[in-house]
Amino acid sequence: MSQNILIVAEHDGRTLSVATAKCVACAATVPDATITIVVCAADTTALAQQAAALAGVGTVLTVEHPVHAHPLAAALAPQVAALAAPYTHVFGPSSTFGKDLMPRVAALLKTVQVSDIMAVESATRFRRPIYAGNAILTVEVLDGAKVVGTVRTASFQPAGGGGTARIEAATPAVAPPTHTRFVSVSAARSDRPDLQSAARVVSGGRALGSAENFQLLYGLADTLGAAVGASRAAVDAGYAPNELQVGQTGKIIAPELYLAIGISGAIQHLTGIKDARTIVAINKDPDAPIFEVADFGLVGDLFEIVPQLQKLLG
Amino acid sequence: MKRILVGIKRVVDYNVRIRVKPDGSGVLTDGVKMSVNPFDEIALEEALRIKERGAAEEVVVVTVGPADCQPQLRTCLAMGADRALHVQTDTPLEPLATAGVLRTLIEREQPFLVLLGKQAIDDDNGQTGQMLAALWDRPQATFASKIELTEGKAQVTREVDAGLETLEVDLPAVVTVDLRLNEPRYVKLPDIMKAKKKPLDTLTLESLGITPRTQLKTLRYEPPAQRSKGVRVNDAAELLAVLKHKGLL
Ligand SMILES: Cc1cc2nc3c(=O)[nH]c(=O)nc-3n(C[C@H](O)[C@H](O)[C@H](O)COP(=O)(O)OP(=O)(O)OC[C@H]3O[C@@H](n4cnc5c(N)ncnc54)[C@H](O)[C@@H]3O)c2cc1C
Ligand SMILES: Cc1cc2nc3c(=O)[nH]c(=O)nc-3n(C[C@H](O)[C@H](O)[C@H](O)COP(=O)(O)OP(=O)(O)OC[C@H]3O[C@@H](n4cnc5c(N)ncnc54)[C@H](O)[C@@H]3O)c2cc1C
Repeated sequence: MSQNILIVAEHDGRTLSVATAKCVACAATVPDATITIVVCAADTTALAQQAAALAGVGTVLTVEHPVHAHPLAAALAPQVAALAAPYTHVFGPSSTFGKDLMPRVAALLKTVQVSDIMAVESATRFRRPIYAGNAILTVEVLDGAKVVGTVRTASFQPAGGGGTARIEAATPAVAPPTHTRFVSVSAARSDRPDLQSAARVVSGGRALGSAENFQLLYGLADTLGAAVGASRAAVDAGYAPNELQVGQTGKIIAPELYLAIGISGAIQHLTGIKDARTIVAINKDPDAPIFEVADFGLVGDLFEIVPQLQKLLG
Repeated sequence: MKRILVGIKRVVDYNVRIRVKPDGSGVLTDGVKMSVNPFDEIALEEALRIKERGAAEEVVVVTVGPADCQPQLRTCLAMGADRALHVQTDTPLEPLATAGVLRTLIEREQPFLVLLGKQAIDDDNGQTGQMLAALWDRPQATFASKIELTEGKAQVTREVDAGLETLEVDLPAVVTVDLRLNEPRYVKLPDIMKAKKKPLDTLTLESLGITPRTQLKTLRYEPPAQRSKGVRVNDAAELLAVLKHKGLL
C-alpha cells in the first residue's frame, strides 16, 4: 500500500532547519512513501523553495498567515490537522518545536503519536528509545490509525538537495485561536557552529566551577571549530545558557567528535551523546562513569589539560 | 475556588539502572525503587508556591495508574497538596487516553491552571500535556522555566532549542514544566503524618465513563547497542596524536 507522508517544516522564518531534511530522510525509509512538506510561515516564499529542493519531496504546501511569524503550537496544530486527512503519516522533528506541536496535532486527529522515531521497520512499525535510551522499544500502530510521529534527528542523515517538488498554496479552513500570544525570544546569536548539527562538540560540566572558567572551553571550541555543550549541572549553576544542555532533557546530538570535560557521565547526560562517533573524556576521577563509554579517556585536571591542548593545537 | 490540578506519574526512580528482561517483554521492575516523576515534583512545587503566594486556594494532585501508585500520592500530600485523586486502572493507558482522563477530571474540578511534567522519565513520550490542551481546546505552554500569573493570564518562559521564549496565554491553560523551574522542597516527618489524614479519592475509568482505546502495541524491548570500552591516553599530546590518527582533527 502506498503511504502518504506529511512533514511539518521547522524554520526560523528565513531558513529551513536541518531537522526538516532529517525528517524527509526518515520518511523516505517508509516503504512506498510519497512525501509532502507543509511550510507554515508569515512569508513562505524562500522557505518553500528550500523545501522543494530537498531530494525525495513531491509537493510543498504553503500556509501563509501573520500568526505563523513565530511557531505557536496552538495556532499551528489546528491548521496542520485540517490538512492531514489525505495522509497516512504526519511527521515533525523531535526538537522543542516538534515536541510542542505534534502531540497537539495527534490529539486533534484523535490518533496515536510515536515519539522519537529512531528507525522505521515498516509503515506501521517503529523503534524508539525509552528510559533515557536504556531500552529500545519496537511498537506497532494498530488498526490503520493515522501515525503522528516525531523523528529523533540524531538517528538520520539529512536528505540531500536537487529536488524539484511542486509548490502549492493551501488554505486550511480553521482560524488560529487568539488565546496564545508570542511575547519574545532570547536567542543567543553566535558565530559558533550550531550544537545540533556540529561535527565537533566541546562540552563542560560542573567541574568548570564558574561562567568565567567556562570561557576556557569556548577558546578550545573556537580552535577546533567546534560547538559548545554543557551538562545539566553546568547549566543549573549558571555557567552556560540552557540551550547548550546535552542529554535526556536537553539536546540529543550525534557529532563526529565529542569532548566531555569535567562531566561525570550520568545516564541522563549519556543519552544525549550515544550516537557520537568518538567520545573523549577528560576527568580527574579515574572511576568516573564517563570513561565506560569514552573511546579515549584522559585522567587529569582539566585546568591543566585544556590549556595544554590549546597550546599544542595553537 | 481557585484550583490547580497537578498530574503525577509514578515512575522507576531516576537513579535506578534500567535493565531489559532477557525475553524482551519489558524492563525489570521487581523490587525496584519507584518515585514521583521528577518533573511532576517540580510541577507540584510550583503549584504549592502559587498557593502560598495567595494566587490559588487549592492544589489537587491526580494520578492514573494501578493500586500501588498510592504511596506516591501520599508523598505529594506530604509535600503540601490538599487532596489527591487516584484513577485506578491496571490497563496501561496511552498518552491520549491519559489526557482524556485528565480532561474528564477538569470538568469536575474546574481548575484555572493544570500543571504537568514535560515528560515522564520512563516512557519519555512527552505528549500528555499537549494532548490535554488540544482536547480541552485551551492554550499550552510547554517546557516552562518561569511562570508569572496576572489576572486571567499567565506569562510563561519556555526552554526551547533557540534559547528562552516567552508566551502569554489566557487562563485556564495547561503548562508543562522543565527542570529549572524550581527546586522541590523536602518532605518533613510531621508532614508525612499529617498527609495520612488528607483526602485521597479513588475513582475508576468506568465511574468516569471512559473506555480507553489502544492504538499502539509494544512488540519488544531491547537493550541499546553498547559502546565498547575505549583506551586511556596519558597526556594531552597523546590525545591529539590519536585523534589525528583517526582523522578527527
Ligand atoms: C529527570 C532528570 C533529567 C536530567 N537531564 C539531564 C540532561 O539532559 N543532561 C545532563 O547533563 N544531566 C541531566 N540530569 C542530571 C544528571 O543526573 C547529572 O546530575 C548531571 O549530568 C551531572 O553533571 P556533571 O557531570 O557536570 O556534574 P558532576 O556529576 O558533579 O560531575 C563533575 C565531574 O567533574 C570531575 N571533575 C571535578 N573537577 C575536575 C577537574 N579539575 N578536572 C577534571 N575533572 C574534574 C569530577 O570527577 C566529576 O566526575 C538529569 C537529571 C534528572 C533527574
Ligand atoms: C499498569 C500500567 C502499565 C503501563 N505500562 C506502560 C507501558 O509499558 N508502556 C507505555 O508506553 N505506557 C504504559 N502505561 C501508560 C503510561 O503509564 C502513561 O500513563 C501514558 O503512556 C502517558 O505517557 P508518558 O508516561 O510517557 O507521559 P508523558 O506524556 O511523557 O507525561 C507528561 C506528564 O503527563 C502527566 N502524566 C503522565 N502519565 C500520567 C498518569 N498516568 N497520571 C497522571 N498524570 C500523568 C505527568 O505530569 C507527566 O509528567 C502503563 C500504565 C499503567 C496503568
